[in-house]
Amino acid sequence: MRRDHLNSWLLATPLTVILTIFLILPILLIVAVSFWTADEFSFRPDFQFGNYAYLFGSSVAWKVFGLTMLMTGIVWALTLVIGFTVAYFLAFHVRTLKWQMVLFLLTTIPFWTSNIIRMISWIPLLGKNGLVNQTLISAGLIDQPIEWLLYSSFSVCLAFVHLYTLFMVVPIFNTMMRIDRSLIEAARDAGASGFQILTNVILPLTKSGIMIGSIFVVALVMSDFVTTRFMSGSQLANVGRLISNDVGLLQYPSAAATSVVLLITVLLIIGAMLRIVDIRKEL
Amino acid sequence: MEPRPRSFYILGGFFALFMLFLYGPTITIAILSFQGPEGGLTFPLRGVSLTWFRELFMEQAVGDIWGSFARSLTLGLMVMVTTVVVSVMAGLAFRRHFPGSTVLFYLVVGSLVIPSILVSMGIGLLFDRTGIGNHWARTAFGAQLTWTLPFGILIMFAVFNRFNPAYEEAARDQGASTWQVFAHVILPLIAPALVGVALFGFTLSYDEIARTILVSGSRNTLPLEIWGMTTNVTSPVLYALGTLTTLFSLTLVALVILTVTTIQRRRARAGSDAGKGMV
Repeated sequence: MRRDHLNSWLLATPLTVILTIFLILPILLIVAVSFWTADEFSFRPDFQFGNYAYLFGSSVAWKVFGLTMLMTGIVWALTLVIGFTVAYFLAFHVRTLKWQMVLFLLTTIPFWTSNIIRMISWIPLLGKNGLVNQTLISAGLIDQPIEWLLYSSFSVCLAFVHLYTLFMVVPIFNTMMRIDRSLIEAARDAGASGFQILTNVILPLTKSGIMIGSIFVVALVMSDFVTTRFMSGSQLANVGRLISNDVGLLQYPSAAATSVVLLITVLLIIGAMLRIVDIRKEL
Repeated sequence: MEPRPRSFYILGGFFALFMLFLYGPTITIAILSFQGPEGGLTFPLRGVSLTWFRELFMEQAVGDIWGSFARSLTLGLMVMVTTVVVSVMAGLAFRRHFPGSTVLFYLVVGSLVIPSILVSMGIGLLFDRTGIGNHWARTAFGAQLTWTLPFGILIMFAVFNRFNPAYEEAARDQGASTWQVFAHVILPLIAPALVGVALFGFTLSYDEIARTILVSGSRNTLPLEIWGMTTNVTSPVLYALGTLTTLFSLTLVALVILTVTTIQRRRARAGSDAGKGMV
């Protein structure tokens, strides 16, 4: 068996080396830097808790962490409901495998295109003179263009749903396709209504797909700074932007302390989710 | 066939709306990129022209688009090849339990969920402090691998979970060496999945911003160039660029779908080659 282990280790070496240099060491450095001292122009090695004390004493930071969690919760709920509905339609209402695959492909194709371009694409629709406002005004429904369509928390949320619903659709569809159809027939024979089949048979059996999708969405939204900055026109704050603003001001120790708190928060949430599902078995 | 239930039409309508939501914005900017020279970022179209596409090809009109495109293309290919090779090796390693395999697996999951800004900032600091310096082909390359490798490895898990070991055992019984088993049995069988891994590797790299932003060194990749343009370019040239780069990605996806379906069709037609020997 020793030789087998040696073989496995050799095969895993490139992965281990890459993750050590580009993941473990950088994260360890951030943890170290979070204890360093900074002044206006530079920062130097130290061991003090000032950065954390400042972070936890800042009402702004608390508020921003709260807002980030709130946005994550809203986006999670929306992507889950939309993603589940789409996957359910594809898996149980489209009758031929060929059409299932064609429509599934159609939902996944935007994933392969640029996120930033997909965000820019909302400007002509949601802008002050955009298509939505033009239509509403010419229909006589409003007199003044609606200002909060673009560069607002609404547009940030919309963009998240636009970009990340796919991460729900794919794993949920995948688990739904593996549900044994005879279970559904059995439920129907026993007199269950379509809705009862959905809530009592399909939903519990889709739990693992829902969990995997949720892990993706939560991780992506909690740590985002690109989407929030662009879609809010730099008006909305979240934890990622707090960090990137500090980096912009070369306040690395402060950025590192915020990063460590964000990392622990994300890992705790994802860790809790991983207890519910065994990813390795579900692939 | 039994008649479709009413829920089919309701859900079908929902799906159609979802498609409109997914593709509507992209189609909108595709139309607006043909905006006339006097036109702006929103409707109405003031004439139809190729002005904004032409502007993309004019030197120094807007940023270093073609230089950044060349860098993104090179980087994408580097990331793609590395992702495929490293994922296959790791996928093979993970087929057996080995000391440390659980830790390594959680590290892979961690690589996926750790906030991108931490990866970017950490690598940036590390290479800056050690004096090695940040460069797109070095630090951005590594940063993007922390994002593409987990996808590649998770796909390899899915592939090997469904892999029938009887084929390898048969080959080994016939006296094939470990390398021959890999090259003539495993590799052809997993080839379609590898095309998928390659697509993940390339496109995730080609569109990456969050992990690349602090580690690209002095020269931008294409998404970073576009990211910079969003703050100072206010003409439909942005849409023209978006339309072109979207078309580029869609062409790649179409090529991959075509390749995979061709392989599968050929296999279905050729059937088993058992007994034909290796030539």
